[in-house]
Amino acid sequence: MPPEESGTVTYINGPVVKASGMAEASMMELVYVSEERLAWEIIALEEDVATIQVYEDTTGIKPGMPVYRSGSPLAVELGPGLVGQVLDGIGRPLNVMREKQGAFLRRGLQVPTLDRERKWPFVPNVSPGAEVKPGDILGTVRETPLLEHRIVVPEGVAGKVIRVAPEGEYTVTETIAVIATGDGEREVKLMRRWPVRRSHPLKERLKPSVPLITGQRVLDIFFPLAKGGAAAIPGGFGAGKTVLQHQLASWSDADVIIYIGCGERGNEMTDVLRQFPELQDPRTGRPLMERTILIANTSNMPVTARESSIYTGVTIAEYFRDMGYHVALMADSTSRWAEAVREIAGRLEEMPVEEGFPAYLPARLAEFYERAGYGKVADDRYGSVTIIGAVSPPGGDFTEPVTQHTKRFVRAFWALDKRLAFARHFPAVSWIDSYSEYVDDIAPWWEGKYGVDWRGLRQRALSILARENELQKIVQIIGPDALPDEQRLVLHVAAMIKEGFLQQNALDPVDRYSTPEKELKLLELLMHYEDRARDLVRQGLPVYRIQGMKVNRALLAARHEIPDDKLEELEALRERMDAEFDALEKEIPRPREVRS
Amino acid sequence: MAVTSRRVYLGVEEVSGPLVFVRGVKGVGYGEIAEVVTASGEVRRGRVLIVDGDRAVIQVFEGTGDISTKRARVRFTGEPMTVKVSDEMLGRVFDGTGRPIDGGPPPIGGEERDINGSPINPASRLYPENFIQTGISAIDGMNTLIRGQKLPIFSTSGLPHNRLAAQIVRQATIPGEESEFVIVFAAMGVKHDEAAFFRESFRESGALENVVMFLNLADDPSIERTITPRVALTVAEYLAFDRDKHVLVILTDMTNYCEALREVATARGDVPTRKGYPGYLYSDLASIYERAGRIEGSKGSITQIPILTMPNNDITHPVPDLTGYITEGQIVLDPKLHQQGIYPPIAVLPSLSRLMKDGIGEGYTREDHPNLANQLYASYARVQQIRNIAAIIGEEELSSVDRKYLRFGEFFEQEFLNQGDANRTIEETLDLGWRALGLLPVEELPRLKREQIDKYYHPWE
Ligand SMILES: Nc1ncnc2c1ncn2[C@@H]1O[C@H](COP(=O)(O)OP(=O)(O)OP(=O)(O)O)[C@@H](O)[C@H]1O
Ligand SMILES: [Mg+2]
Repeated sequence: MPPEESGTVTYINGPVVKASGMAEASMMELVYVSEERLAWEIIALEEDVATIQVYEDTTGIKPGMPVYRSGSPLAVELGPGLVGQVLDGIGRPLNVMREKQGAFLRRGLQVPTLDRERKWPFVPNVSPGAEVKPGDILGTVRETPLLEHRIVVPEGVAGKVIRVAPEGEYTVTETIAVIATGDGEREVKLMRRWPVRRSHPLKERLKPSVPLITGQRVLDIFFPLAKGGAAAIPGGFGAGKTVLQHQLASWSDADVIIYIGCGERGNEMTDVLRQFPELQDPRTGRPLMERTILIANTSNMPVTARESSIYTGVTIAEYFRDMGYHVALMADSTSRWAEAVREIAGRLEEMPVEEGFPAYLPARLAEFYERAGYGKVADDRYGSVTIIGAVSPPGGDFTEPVTQHTKRFVRAFWALDKRLAFARHFPAVSWIDSYSEYVDDIAPWWEGKYGVDWRGLRQRALSILARENELQKIVQIIGPDALPDEQRLVLHVAAMIKEGFLQQNALDPVDRYSTPEKELKLLELLMHYEDRARDLVRQGLPVYRIQGMKVNRALLAARHEIPDDKLEELEALRERMDAEFDALEKEIPRPREVRS
Repeated sequence: MAVTSRRVYLGVEEVSGPLVFVRGVKGVGYGEIAEVVTASGEVRRGRVLIVDGDRAVIQVFEGTGDISTKRARVRFTGEPMTVKVSDEMLGRVFDGTGRPIDGGPPPIGGEERDINGSPINPASRLYPENFIQTGISAIDGMNTLIRGQKLPIFSTSGLPHNRLAAQIVRQATIPGEESEFVIVFAAMGVKHDEAAFFRESFRESGALENVVMFLNLADDPSIERTITPRVALTVAEYLAFDRDKHVLVILTDMTNYCEALREVATARGDVPTRKGYPGYLYSDLASIYERAGRIEGSKGSITQIPILTMPNNDITHPVPDLTGYITEGQIVLDPKLHQQGIYPPIAVLPSLSRLMKDGIGEGYTREDHPNLANQLYASYARVQQIRNIAAIIGEEELSSVDRKYLRFGEFFEQEFLNQGDANRTIEETLDLGWRALGLLPVEELPRLKREQIDKYYHPWE
């Protein structure tokens, strides 16, 4: 329906505006203001006065300016052409804006998310006469070499296919199928539009049981995330949230990546835009951009559009999930989103409860993370949305509201420790404060696929680290030399695990990604080292001899010196290690020899 | 539609802190500039913060002292706050709102620009990747500054942050390039002698005709500070993106800026968050710091070096905290190093340059640079742990490797960090880093590649 004039502006306070004469409007309806047609959204209604949040700068807006209704809520366009795009928080393609406006963003530009002119090669998958129901595939469009865009029967539509477009090229607004339903004929196009603020639930939710393989050793082995799960990365500034999110976006074994830069730095988005077309997906060798969609509403862009960027992103994720894909969504940072919520609440003079946040903060967080999930999208297809949210606690203090409430709604918590970051231990994922509740759900996957006792291996390494943490407390009082050799060995092995396994340099072309095989082999090797070392120390070898072993450096450097396709070098390393241990063992004075 | 009231003078209904309330307005837009005329005829400028029907709230920049409800008059201009930008501004000194204070006439040519600028489209940015050699080892070697970066100095009162900033300005070069930096200097609430120090130092290095200064000093109206960085950055954007210059912007002291912002927020009744700062401090600071970088279609760049003093030397205070969350790293100064007479007293562990990853190494500085920096960090972090233990059990009780770490730490601080006014090339810096590592056994250097060790590592004994 064409926009109709209905109200007039009466009040402006930053991004919050009020308009009278809005009795007909509904909550969350999208409206446009002034002749510039700035896009706004109604967030409160009282009698005929609507309170509106504005997605753009309000400078120069005056009482008396006209307000036009759109009749529908904020929605995002979905269809071929999304992949490889960079969109702002309300779904406008930034590349198109740049062509129209130059390097600086000016307000008031209306551009659709999807290109209306471009034609896409459509291949039908059904024939006229077929009975279809929601989730069935009507046809496909090869959107990128990495991604087949599946045009599925929309929710609420079922019946007999009357017509289907023949194989050929179509724009997103052309009809590609007509379905006879109980309530008449329904046309299906390549494009559809979904409101962003409400969730589009899975047809059938299932318990997540397959890990999201990230290629990040500390995550895959120690604090794993399941496909369809939710994780949070809290950490102070510079702790490594963004680098970790970029690593996840690059190397995770998801089909589609949605990366939301929510109130963060412009250059970080540029970095992704510059690197992803060049970085290769380790599984297919194709450029990562062919499976990635970016949403960039940086810190200097309007704060209300920042608030909606999260919803725009997760709606796109649900759309791809319903095709039967595993989608991973990264939001950096959810704290900036929460602050946008707080700022708008403040302008509405809502009652602040904690740190100025409104009482509905936890509810909003829960709604967002609940949109993650794994399940059935059709009889024979499964899909998932995995959500990974960065959290930026003020002062790095995890007791603040956003971190605390987020913790309630995620099952993997990757706490970044500033002290580790200062010491350049990256990723600075604390092995003490982090946890994953997915361990038991996905252990069968690891054990089935690789035939190893993944849980046992993980537990063993973790308990060495936990013991070291306890021993360090004693060391801080009496120094390491006062400890018995067996305990000093624990300190040494823990240091080896930290340097040789937990740390992972995102900038090193070999180290930045490890295959699951390398992850397992490397940790097994370290555990073998511990076995042998402990045995020798029991036999009386002083710990400093272990600390001085030649093989140590090679073992620590293996993560960046041995690439995934040369894992046999780990075998050679093991042989060298055994030889050195054997030599050390021979030197241990035997009681018998002493006697003779 | 309402008629504008540009020529109409209205009475003042209420004055509260930096805010003036006016009734009977018509056609006034959010964010436009108003002029308040005091009883004595003085004109003060302010910005419209809220419009509610026929009422407007104005934030007055130049102070509300002697504005009375009875005798003051208000006029709206219909325009946002602007500054006139031109090449003529180089070599000149202005107040915090852009009016000349060097005795010279206002620049004649030029174009009026909205001081709030417009956000850079992230798709139009060019990623910064040119190494700036500052001649300071702790920066060049370990926290490399990149052209187009925003890299603040976190300091505290009594530390030589001004000296460091002036040294960076004096020594900054791009090896192998002729182009020079143009300096935009914005002072917010700094003391007269500090401003004089900078002026003198720009003069000594013969750079004065390449400097534009905006001075809001300690005794100038505090609310004016909320616009000073925006005026300065508007000029910087003009010089960088219209005139293709490489601009280095010094903003000091951002803590004073934030305090002025808090004053306005409090007067307005905004919901306070930590330490009374408003919840939008992050977005507000971002609207300043994000005005740095490079864009398509222009050869110029804006590199920002904001300086801020951390109250109580507390890095978790909202001002350094939110700054660190926005800028591309930070250079942290340490009172303990300063007490030991080390200059520059840069605490390398909490310092960070996020952009160095793309501006160093093969083809930029030297191929060993990334791993060398990484290893220096790791080894120096180890020194701190060993020092803690040594403090308990005494140095004699340490293992021989641990004692080597202490010697490494000593050398690192006394030689690598403590360089005084020396201007070192990047090669000198890197070689010094290797010399420091020469104090450690090779087994302790797992972050370096074997080839690099073969080429550069020379153990001391
Ligand atoms: N895995 C890693 N490998 C190497 N360096 C890393 C790694 N993770 C983080 N870093 C270093 O730490 C710096 C800061 O990381 P990052 O930008 O991710 O921090 P952040 O937590 O997102 O901070 P902010 O909240 O301010 O955005 C990076 O620029 C990089 O130098
Ligand atoms: Mg970040």
